Amino acid sequence: MLTCKEVSELVSQTPERPLSFRERLGIKLHLMMCKLCSRFTRQMKFITKATNTFMYQPEECLDHDHATQLTDEARERIKNKLKEM
Amino acid sequence: MGISGADKWLELYGNDLYRYAFFRVHDNDLAEDLVQETLLAALKGKEQFTGQSAEKTWLIGILKHKIIDHFRKSKREQLVDDIAVEADRHQARFDASGHWKIPFAEWHNPDKSLEQQQFWEVFNECVKHLPTRLADLYTLRELNELSTDEVCKLLDISTTNNMWVMLSRARMRLRDCLENGWFNPTPQQEP
Repeated sequence: MLTCKEVSELVSQTPERPLSFRERLGIKLHLMMCKLCSRFTRQMKFITKATNTFMYQPEECLDHDHATQLTDEARERIKNKLKEM
Repeated sequence: MGISGADKWLELYGNDLYRYAFFRVHDNDLAEDLVQETLLAALKGKEQFTGQSAEKTWLIGILKHKIIDHFRKSKREQLVDDIAVEADRHQARFDASGHWKIPFAEWHNPDKSLEQQQFWEVFNECVKHLPTRLADLYTLRELNELSTDEVCKLLDISTTNNMWVMLSRARMRLRDCLENGWFNPTPQQEP
């Protein structure tokens, strides 16, 4: 029987880590009886989704953030560098 | 096309390139340098632009490689320490028999958060608090330019197994950070 520690470890390593049949079965049996691990698994699924979305396109997720932008000074500096070419 | 071409790119896509770089390297000056290097490389290689993709997509493609070069060059702290610290953090959640020590609450309608701007602001703060190596690992993976083996090699990660552990630790940290900062903020923690 897998412990909560082991189950949380395994479910947090998915989706990258391929699980064996035995591991999948162990997780399934544990989750049927353990409310906290089921909750943790749901939360980790959400975290995986949110993290993949964010890490793939942080600039889209933070689309409304207008503070982060190329300043006029930086633009000038780059322009001058390009002229040196 | 000459200089006017690069100036046009700077004008049209400078900000997009800058934001793309900044949210991945988290440093103003570095992001500026990367934009500059990208435009210089684009000028040199403009014959290679076939016009099959949009100009911006082509420039982002060059920028991606500049970002990867940056990760390749930057010096990194010891990996062993990271993994050991993270293992201790995980251990601390459980009692001797492997049960959760402290229960935690259900998150209310998390998917709705994905549409909220404040959620992503909090998320960004959480990412900034990740150990650099964990954040870099995620960023490199999502650039979709390198194979898993190449990413591991670049970041000095010895085995794929270690990479899985690191990704899972990054997610656990983000889980804890979002729980405290977004889903179930405890009153004591507010200023």
